[in-house]
Amino acid sequence: MKLTGAQIVVETLIEQGVTDVFGYPGGQVLNLYDAIYEAGDRINHILTAHEQGAAHAADGYSRATGKVGVVIATSGPGATNLVTGIATAMLDSVPMVAITGNVPQDLIGRDSFQEIDITGITLPITKHNYFIHDVNKLADKIREAFRIAKSGRPGPVLIDIPKDIQTAVGEYEPRPVDPPFPQREPSRARIAEAAALIDSRSRPFIHIGGGVIGSQTEELVLELADKIDAVIGCSLMGLSAIPTDHPRFLGMQGMHGHYASSVASNDADLIIAIGTRFSDRATGNKAKFAQRAKIIHIDADFAEISKNITANVGVCGDISVALREIIDAVHEANHMDWMDHVEDLRDREAGFTVDEPGVLTPLKVMNTINKYKTAYTPVATDVGQHQMWAAQYIKFQRPRKMISSGGLGTMGFGMGAAIGAAVGTGEHTVLVTGDGSFGMNLNELCTAVTYRVPLTIVLINNGVLGMVRQWQTLFFNHHYADTNLERKTDFVKLADAFGARGVVAKTPEEFEEAFERSMRSDGVTLIDCRIDKDEFVLPMLPPGGAIDDIITVKKGE
Amino acid sequence: MSEKSNKFVIAVYVENKYGVLTRVTSMFTRRGFNIDSLTVGVTESPEYSRITITMSGDGYARAQMINQLRKLFNVKKVELLEDVDAIERELVLVKIKNNPDNHQRVLSALDIFKAKIINYSVEALCIEVTGTPDKIDALIEMIKPLGIIELCRTGIVALQKGGGSIMESEDVN
Repeated sequence: MKLTGAQIVVETLIEQGVTDVFGYPGGQVLNLYDAIYEAGDRINHILTAHEQGAAHAADGYSRATGKVGVVIATSGPGATNLVTGIATAMLDSVPMVAITGNVPQDLIGRDSFQEIDITGITLPITKHNYFIHDVNKLADKIREAFRIAKSGRPGPVLIDIPKDIQTAVGEYEPRPVDPPFPQREPSRARIAEAAALIDSRSRPFIHIGGGVIGSQTEELVLELADKIDAVIGCSLMGLSAIPTDHPRFLGMQGMHGHYASSVASNDADLIIAIGTRFSDRATGNKAKFAQRAKIIHIDADFAEISKNITANVGVCGDISVALREIIDAVHEANHMDWMDHVEDLRDREAGFTVDEPGVLTPLKVMNTINKYKTAYTPVATDVGQHQMWAAQYIKFQRPRKMISSGGLGTMGFGMGAAIGAAVGTGEHTVLVTGDGSFGMNLNELCTAVTYRVPLTIVLINNGVLGMVRQWQTLFFNHHYADTNLERKTDFVKLADAFGARGVVAKTPEEFEEAFERSMRSDGVTLIDCRIDKDEFVLPMLPPGGAIDDIITVKKGE
Repeated sequence: MSEKSNKFVIAVYVENKYGVLTRVTSMFTRRGFNIDSLTVGVTESPEYSRITITMSGDGYARAQMINQLRKLFNVKKVELLEDVDAIERELVLVKIKNNPDNHQRVLSALDIFKAKIINYSVEALCIEVTGTPDKIDALIEMIKPLGIIELCRTGIVALQKGGGSIMESEDVN
């Protein structure tokens, strides 16, 4: 059938199974928005306050549901406002399709009003991108974009559509959704080598990343761990893949990882890394990382094998196939000494957690969240100390519940991401944020209120940029350069002005009461939690440090 | 190319489409690769272009370069051309001052390197030489004292020896 380019975009999105899109209209997407208006009963558009919020919302939607997130913006500033959101999705391998309008092709290259080369700008931060020249190829390019976004190691894809393509009439026929591109078969030889290596070692540690959630191989990881008697640790991106209370799970490793997890990975004689890139935040000093261990690295992306940490055996391809074959090839094992050692580490770790009674501390906030959230509650975070406290203390029971910017570390990610997660899952969502991060994109409060998004914002308000300040305390002689905020923001009035509910919590009791009430409501509540500015995130592996440098107690107190 | 220099040559078949070269070179910047030379041109099949890249680096850089190239969507084939298996050629145009005192030395240099004079004027003569990059380097060294006005090298093009073709290698995606 004959449709305009704008209608082809909307029909192809619907054909690809898209039900919700996030975006912001503008001059060069007027036609596209007209087509969305006409298809209003078949596709739900959520208008944010800012395109960055829309990009993070599409990202959070995808992380929480596993579907491809979709964001739409106009040309020029609309497109450039997506950049941080696209880069965030790229660094965390989140499948996303960003659609931008551009000026008509006869105005391209003339520095026209709101013209920008967004395909050029996003080259290094997209998995792939397109500039559409021909309306008759538009539907196929969108289909390919979705396919690329979700295949193998997922990532964001941008499609730039000039206005004349949106108005032109082209041919469109609906088509069934293509399956993801087939992944390469893991090499038989590598599988055999991996299995032999596993059988020869006695202190196995499985290190998982976001790739385990993406490939839905959480159960296989547990099956492997059970069969070879291994413990499991994860990167920030791997959080929520394995239930926090699972006896084999030691938690996050690395710079602010759990003590037992970081130390066990250092003491292991075998590390099986799955769907992870050995980020510097997870490994510390690479030259000193797990020196006694042989490394097996399993990943969908062949370029990750031996990129950051040299692998003794690299298995690339479909993670689920690789794990299934390795599990079938290895022998069952029991490593009593190793398990005893890990238990000792856990006992030591338990001794580090000190919590002052009666004072509202980050630990008490997270424990209260654990008490009232369900296994299905998505927990989004921003970036900073609060993010690490959430990563350390929030208990997860199901995958896709930790929504956090790991690779790019994007302050301001949380509001949009939480809205996207809530829209995607229909679940009352918790956003753990800080006063610094929240200040970056708090404008999205209006979006949450307008769309009646069930959301509880737990604002860890310490009046400082706590993470940077912690580094200044430790490494810059207490020179608090621009980290003491001294702002006069009244968050209760702010929430009120946006049409949300605001509450101050100064004690554990006040927080519990406010949080419990908020989780029962369908509205948007902001809880302003007053936290001491000198709270530290511990343990801490100093930058460039190895496991022996780990800081477990705050000095000079 | 000597082994010491750590140089290597990679041949890449890419879709002959808008923006593909930018996509490839943008990846070099993003990953911190510094390339020594890059040539690009159409191939026996019009839908593909062939890019020949010369760069220096250790085994790690070599593997990363190839892997990251293979991840790009418009890249169809990537092949490392090992020194022993590859034929490499480069072309150079050199404009030399036309000085009667130099004449004899210029002509003997041209003879040694089998260079052709392709343009002759009162002020200058322009020569063309084809050869391995080492040969081009040697020629330039030799004629430098004679007064080079400007020169232009094409960068390396390379094919593997024997009857094989890059098209017979495995598709990357």
